[in-house]
Amino acid sequence: MTSTRSTEISLRVNGETHSLTVDNRTTLLDALRERLDLTGTKKGCDQGQCGACTVLLDRQRVNSCLQLAVAAEGRDVTTIEGLADGEELHPVQQAFVDLDGYQCGYCTPGQICSAVAVIEELAREWPSAATDDVRRPPAVSEEEIRERMSGNLCRCGAYVNIVRAVTQAAKNEQVNA
Amino acid sequence: MTTPAAPPRTSATGTPHTRREGRAKVTGEARYTGDIPFAELAHGWLVTSTVARGRIRSVDTDTVLAMPGVLAVLHPGNALRLTPGAGLMGPDANLQLLQDDRVPHVGWPVALVVAETQEQARAGADALVITYDEEPYDTAFRADHPGLRPTAPSPLAMPDVDQGDPDAELAASAVVVDREYTTPEEFHNAMEPHAAMARWENGRLEVVDSNQGSYAVAQVLAALFSLDADTVRVRSEHVGGGFGSKGLRLPHTVLAVMATTILHRPVRVVLTRRQMFSLVGHRPATAQRVRLGADADGRLRVVEHETASPTSTVHEFAEQSTRHSRTLYAADAFRLRTRVVPLDVPTPGFMRAPGWAPGSFAVESAMDELAAEVGVDPIALRLRNEPETGPVSGLPFSSRNLVACLEEGARRFGWADRDPRPGVRRDGRWLLGTGVAAAAHSAGVGASTAAITAEADGTYTVRVTAADIGTGARTALGQIAADALEVSPESVRIRIADSDFGLAWLAGGSMGTASWAWAINEAAVALRKKLADLPGDMADLPPEGVTAHADTTELLAAREQRESHGYGAQFAEVAVDPASGEVRVRRMLGIFAVGRVVNPLTARNQFIGGMTWGLSMALHEEGVRDDASGGLANGDLAGYHVAANADVPLIEADWIDEHDTYNPSGIKGLGEIGIVGGAAAVANAVWHATGVRHRHLPISLERVLSGGRR
Repeated sequence: MTSTRSTEISLRVNGETHSLTVDNRTTLLDALRERLDLTGTKKGCDQGQCGACTVLLDRQRVNSCLQLAVAAEGRDVTTIEGLADGEELHPVQQAFVDLDGYQCGYCTPGQICSAVAVIEELAREWPSAATDDVRRPPAVSEEEIRERMSGNLCRCGAYVNIVRAVTQAAKNEQVNA
Repeated sequence: MTTPAAPPRTSATGTPHTRREGRAKVTGEARYTGDIPFAELAHGWLVTSTVARGRIRSVDTDTVLAMPGVLAVLHPGNALRLTPGAGLMGPDANLQLLQDDRVPHVGWPVALVVAETQEQARAGADALVITYDEEPYDTAFRADHPGLRPTAPSPLAMPDVDQGDPDAELAASAVVVDREYTTPEEFHNAMEPHAAMARWENGRLEVVDSNQGSYAVAQVLAALFSLDADTVRVRSEHVGGGFGSKGLRLPHTVLAVMATTILHRPVRVVLTRRQMFSLVGHRPATAQRVRLGADADGRLRVVEHETASPTSTVHEFAEQSTRHSRTLYAADAFRLRTRVVPLDVPTPGFMRAPGWAPGSFAVESAMDELAAEVGVDPIALRLRNEPETGPVSGLPFSSRNLVACLEEGARRFGWADRDPRPGVRRDGRWLLGTGVAAAAHSAGVGASTAAITAEADGTYTVRVTAADIGTGARTALGQIAADALEVSPESVRIRIADSDFGLAWLAGGSMGTASWAWAINEAAVALRKKLADLPGDMADLPPEGVTAHADTTELLAAREQRESHGYGAQFAEVAVDPASGEVRVRRMLGIFAVGRVVNPLTARNQFIGGMTWGLSMALHEEGVRDDASGGLANGDLAGYHVAANADVPLIEADWIDEHDTYNPSGIKGLGEIGIVGGAAAVANAVWHATGVRHRHLPISLERVLSGGRR
């Protein structure tokens, strides 16, 4: 039912389509968490400053707290819950476990979603502020990854291991590509 | 009696183990407090004061109560009466929420709007009109504030020290370094905002909370709401960081309990990021004066350290910055002072390495200044002032390996080749320098209980009210229990963070793992004795298993007094661009001596995390108070910068072997020492790079460009 306060939308999340009526003020973050019980996406600041709520929208990373749910109608949303292949973790997830790329774990879903997108951005040869020569493909380097992962704060200070984990996953991806 | 041959077993502790909850954390399955659904859940949203001092004149509840979905507006006029005197460590009036119309600072809770959905609660909170009778306020802290006074007696207060004859030693000193240092207001900013869900279920108050110690929180809630302690159950399975901010102040928890008691349905209250800047006990600004008097060779004759910080008018909390001076260096005389001034600001509290972090910045910077004055290498200066016993306490050290940390760190960092002259190294536009600082943190233990059950299926279940706020406690305790039981960690189930498991120390003060491990070890001894006394064998255990309990309260009370600390050495290399003022840390190395390291994988991560805080404290973090409103000008993560990924270079941390059984588990704790000395190492490196001494944190671009002025 659609009224002046609410709207009926369909959200495609992790390959599954959900029909729901949302308060027009509802962010994509709150729709995922409160309506679809996909609480892996975290609310760290609710104003686009910390990256904990990062999800993939049509394979690109966004802060889901800055996206209204009604504006995600018809788009493909991938959350942390949609990355593993059944029991098999996504290579980025596995690297975070193996290399201890986290502490409290609260920023982790956002870090991992961001990292998945970063690896794709590198594969598409998108430059960053850390790219020396933007006419050439960016290197899969720790410097590139530090720069590209800087929208995701980790107050525990696990950046050193996060960079190791993302670099390892990115290099494996490069080998397998 | 037949028992299957045990497979050969190696020690679980001391070897790297990935986290027990690792899979849950990377898949999003780990549920933090705000993630857990409850039927009929209502949502509470705090409304906080916009004035710095005054009285609430009116609260216009009618308009908000007429809004869609709004269930209640709690305010001082209708709130439940709370019992005075409750507090985690002595009475804390910050817990007395909505009890009167007084407003002590900007950001003080003045109402809670409860509604069916978050959006409705937030809209109600935004629409609530509150008028105030404003009063003149004072929020400006300064080193010479006329209101500064000695601290009130409390279990946490460090008494002032007058030892030896400081004036005579100063007069006899060949060199005196007399400097003032300041550190700004700093904020924890755990990634998970404080959250609590409270409901009454079968006559019990059930609370799911984001905290560092569920037993302590349950005790506080019972006292505050005049309930039998047995009536209250608090759980906190996954906690998204704490750093000292989740235990002492509980506005979300107290108001969730109040709301559920009034509304008879589950209520969740989550703080906003902005509210976390005024309600959970930040690190106060400090103004410190350090006076070191030494012989010409750098031997210290006298250490004077005076620290001043603001507190609120609600509750006194003083930053105990002199802790560092009490254990680091030998001297013939000491004069140590702690001063505090109540202002119309939020109440400070514990923040990672309270006292130690700002105190070490001042003292370790002053030691670097002294080294330059007397022309002695900064490491040699520290070795020259190594004490035999606690410099102030006079107690024997349980162990002390600062020298080994400095020497091993110097070797690995390449310190021997260092040219001591400042401002002479360049890499293109960058000036380069290196710095060192010493670190220490107290190694305490708190009374704890634990229970271990030998299950009928051959596995074991450990129950202890520990909290895993990101430290890896669950994993470490599994390793400890496995070794104590002489079984594999896989056969041990660890259950934590449930106040029903009984008394336990918090995840705080770097005391958690040491405290819980002691209780687990005692319970394991008791269990193994019980099992040995059983008539049959393990296969004959009753269906409910066999359980043994332990409580370390009496063992702890019987312990002899020792001076017990972890120690460390911090090294930093920086590059400074004199044109832009930018400081880049190029590498950091920390070598620590913290007793037994249970899990090298998570321990290293903790050290590096602490060192990242040191970098962040040195270069970035600064709460800016706006005197025109009395509020914080930069109370969010855009205005208050914490180190981001691109700020952090390769940081390495390691430790030296140390055997110290003063804490019977051999553990000294390592959650906080990583930050201690970090800011000083960076500041000393900036001096070495530029020749300019930075005595005021953070070392921002403006300060570099203006030559380090306040």
